[in-house]
Amino acid sequence: MPNLSPKKVAMPEQAPDVRNRNFREVALGYTAEMAIEEAQRCLNCKHKPCISGCPVNVKIPEFIMLVAAGEFEQAYDKIRETNALPAVCGRVCPQETQCEEKCVRGIKGDPVAIGRLERFVADWYMENITKEVLMSPRNGHKVAIIGSGPAGLTCAGDLAKIGYDVTIFEAFHTTGGVLVYGIPEFRLPKALVQREIDAVKAEGVTIMTNMVIGKVLTIDEIMAEGFEAVFVGSGAGLPAFMKIPGENLNGVYSANEFLTRINLMKAYKFPDCDTPVKVGNTVAVVGGGNVAMDAARSAKRLGAEKVYIIYRRSEAELPARAEEFHHAKEEGIIMKLLNNPTRILGDEKGWVTGIECVEMELGEPDASGRRRPVAKLHSEHVVPVETVIMSIGTSPNPLIRTTTPGLDVQKWGGIIVNEETGETSKHAVYAGGDAVTGAATVILAMGAGKTAAAAIHKQIQEKKAID
Amino acid sequence: MYKVVRKKVLNSQVKLLEIEAPYVARKAEPGQFIILRTHADGERVPLTIADFDRVKGTITIIFQEVGATTKQLGQMEVGDKLLDFAGPLGIASHFDGVKKAAVIGGGLGTAIAFPQAKKLHGMGVEVDMIAGFRNQELIILEEEMKTVATNLYITTDDGSNGRKGFVTDMLKQLIEAGNKYDVVIAIGPPIMMKFICALTKPYGIRTIVSLNPVMVDGTGMCGGCRVTVGGETKFACVDGPDFDGHQVDFDELMRRIGMYKTEEKISEEAHACNIGLH
Repeated sequence: MPNLSPKKVAMPEQAPDVRNRNFREVALGYTAEMAIEEAQRCLNCKHKPCISGCPVNVKIPEFIMLVAAGEFEQAYDKIRETNALPAVCGRVCPQETQCEEKCVRGIKGDPVAIGRLERFVADWYMENITKEVLMSPRNGHKVAIIGSGPAGLTCAGDLAKIGYDVTIFEAFHTTGGVLVYGIPEFRLPKALVQREIDAVKAEGVTIMTNMVIGKVLTIDEIMAEGFEAVFVGSGAGLPAFMKIPGENLNGVYSANEFLTRINLMKAYKFPDCDTPVKVGNTVAVVGGGNVAMDAARSAKRLGAEKVYIIYRRSEAELPARAEEFHHAKEEGIIMKLLNNPTRILGDEKGWVTGIECVEMELGEPDASGRRRPVAKLHSEHVVPVETVIMSIGTSPNPLIRTTTPGLDVQKWGGIIVNEETGETSKHAVYAGGDAVTGAATVILAMGAGKTAAAAIHKQIQEKKAID
Repeated sequence: MYKVVRKKVLNSQVKLLEIEAPYVARKAEPGQFIILRTHADGERVPLTIADFDRVKGTITIIFQEVGATTKQLGQMEVGDKLLDFAGPLGIASHFDGVKKAAVIGGGLGTAIAFPQAKKLHGMGVEVDMIAGFRNQELIILEEEMKTVATNLYITTDDGSNGRKGFVTDMLKQLIEAGNKYDVVIAIGPPIMMKFICALTKPYGIRTIVSLNPVMVDGTGMCGGCRVTVGGETKFACVDGPDFDGHQVDFDELMRRIGMYKTEEKISEEAHACNIGLH
């Protein structure tokens, strides 16, 4: 008999006025009892609509049935069949627009808390099980992956599992891509990311750090070293600025820089760690995505008294996940919606003193389908701040496209691929994740990595058959 | 890990390390830089490549001990290993069509100007090299510069080597004496580069400067190294580090370089304590 409660079992979290002063995880996770209770809400539908909502097709009802039966280790193995990073996905996937959106229980009441259950299973496994991973026999074929973010790790994991010798080239000194430089510790603990990466490595993946592809090696040179296919998962790392006056004043950061200093370089431990960050007492974050919420919440945790989110549209158009917006508001972030910056003001020494904004109102829908924000006349006003963080988007880094002849890209820099396979215009070169789509989600990148892994396998096997 | 294979003390503040980094050495060109880290909690520090040896697979860096990381670097000995060493980053210098060049190094900048002079010399370009130091004790790379410069002029602020003055004075003399330079390359403190550019502009001599602003990743990701060049924002790490000096907003550059002055002091003091404990 399923648990008929219309509500998800609540997940404990740190109180807002406590957590906004530390970098520990906000949500604390289910206990085994809570997980079993929630798992019992699953109806184990025959047509499994949830799976179609998952870019990596996690066998959702099967793993949830195992959780309901208290078989957590088997539940983990079930998830791991198709998902290399369950602890990550359980935390940062937008389940509300994916698996949970399709859940039959969501028609009347809350959907099953699939994300929380996935997270529970992954965490339980890490805490309780230490198992030697048996590497599958090697098949003698070499594949190179560029970038160790979610797309690259997934592609690498899938190929290593079936015997490929996979080498990941990572530009940074640490693996994980956006999982380590972008998403903050309080949403995704880095120790946990490392554990999941270690699990991928154990399947037979070699990771070379400090390898900036396009500079130290080109894709053609990698191919010449005997790699039969290359997957480009280099992300969208290039920050956009608004091109308004004052953006080069001291105290203006890209969200990428602000978050990289904090997450990757651990500036919140300065001076024990060497990299500093300037936060100031009053901070304006420009933008309304998850990254903007992350930057604002990080600034608050680093001691800023007033942190504003400045976004030119209204709450309805806000691209951030509802949960992130809600968490940010709870933690005291001041939402200045329907406002758009026009310039940044500075003092005679070149430091930020304020940001001038205009009020906006929504007009007719634009090309994106969202109502176009229009500036109200004579609504200019200055918000005094010491720090401005620009979080208005990122685009793919040009280092690879400018050094890879034959690789077709969109005007804005995204690599053009066949969506079914991840194949690019260049033979044996595949791509996926933000490098193709522009900034999107972890799970979409993982899905693309998975698609490309299958296509790479097919290409190499077909070639072998011909040879 | 990246092993130190040679160490040389160039003066009381400046040291040279030759480091094993075969992948970087295969591709390195003058004008490019590397990013290194010495330990797990360390910062990413960009340093311009002073020399490279493709056969030995090594990169040479020359640095002044000014902050926590460069002080630690200075304590490393042959056989010690660096944790991280990424490169070559930035765009290599291009000197097509140059027949006669003036290459100017100010203080530590000489270490970066030297490989450019060496490259020009290798291309058959006539190179007048001007290197400026505060005093005679601080002169570095004199022998090396002699091997690549057609004429070498070393100036000191206090005249202790017999040639008193700034590099700008020397360059002015050479230009006024009728030397026709296709290009002037100026590498040193921003204030020096600013004055060199102010000097060469009325003469219409193309002037290239190498900028070293604050950066984190060095691959275009953080945007911390933004500089205004010709009214446009550029990232020194991927668009540079070489730029047309007549277009650079040096005042902004100098302001931005000073952004973490307070923190640099705190960090250095924290490390001084740590070193005392070891």
